[in-house]
Amino acid sequence: MNRLALVATLGALMLAGQARAVMPDEQLADPRLEARARAITSQLRCVVCQNQTIDDSDASLARDLRIIVRERLLAGDTDSQARAYIVDRYGSFVLLKPPFESQTLLLWLGPLLVLATGGIGVGLYLRRRGYDSRAHEAALSEAERAELRALLDADHGA
Amino acid sequence: MRRALFVLPAALFCLVIAAFVVGLGRDPAKLPSTLIGKPLPAFSLPPVRPGDAGLKSSDLRGAPRLLNVFASWCVSCRIEHPVLLDLAAKGVALDGLDWKDAPADGAGYLAANGSPYGRIGNDASGRVGIDLGVAGVPETFVIDRRGRVRYKQVGPIDPRDWELTIKPLMDRLRAES
Repeated sequence: MNRLALVATLGALMLAGQARAVMPDEQLADPRLEARARAITSQLRCVVCQNQTIDDSDASLARDLRIIVRERLLAGDTDSQARAYIVDRYGSFVLLKPPFESQTLLLWLGPLLVLATGGIGVGLYLRRRGYDSRAHEAALSEAERAELRALLDADHGA
Repeated sequence: MRRALFVLPAALFCLVIAAFVVGLGRDPAKLPSTLIGKPLPAFSLPPVRPGDAGLKSSDLRGAPRLLNVFASWCVSCRIEHPVLLDLAAKGVALDGLDWKDAPADGAGYLAANGSPYGRIGNDASGRVGIDLGVAGVPETFVIDRRGRVRYKQVGPIDPRDWELTIKPLMDRLRAES
């Protein structure tokens, strides 16, 4: 019985975690603008609680930024202009999808670099092994070949 | 060649680990300011205490100075406050921005704790703070004589920050023409 209560409580808590922090009074009347605002704010990091989006965060600064994004859209900004308004003030750190720029080159190209380095390493290793085995093959003398043939024949004969 | 094949990946690995160790020591809450080297955005704020002058961005030039962002609801501001009073007593030019705070609350805070500030602006909506890229309080901007932001301290200034970072920077700014 206790276990059931625990499961129910945890389940309720997990559902509660799904709730968004966007309050009804912040939302725009125009559903298309509101959808654009949600798309933007769900990709912006809250600078107070850094692993949440400003869409999720209860921080009062996150609320201010949600309202600012909506104000920008109402004022006729494009999505990227509204996003740039926040980035100008808080830096590209707030973008949960980091842009491709000189500072983030290592971030974007790092995995490719690691893959390429590993690939070259494996390639070199395999090439050397391949070379070695061919060398062994060539090293078989005529006498050894005869011996091998005799063994194989004996095997077949038995 | 063989030796390089062994040493190179090992060296790269050590480099990556070193980068991670350095990264672990950094405080992710301390974001770099986007305003460094740029002039302060223009603003004009009403005073916290009735009858005071308020604070305009155009006030913040002429000599190197500090702009401290604080609030009456901010706990670490209370820790920082004695340090600010001490700086003001030493003659450091220091202005205050009371962020996301009702003027009456800001005035009560200053009446109870003393005011280290020359000019004080009240930013009740927090919009000027947002224009400055303020993520929390306290934050302190070091501003040069031409009104450009040169450094931002995130979190309370302790005497060590002052001696090691901010004072040397302000001395350098004072030497600039």
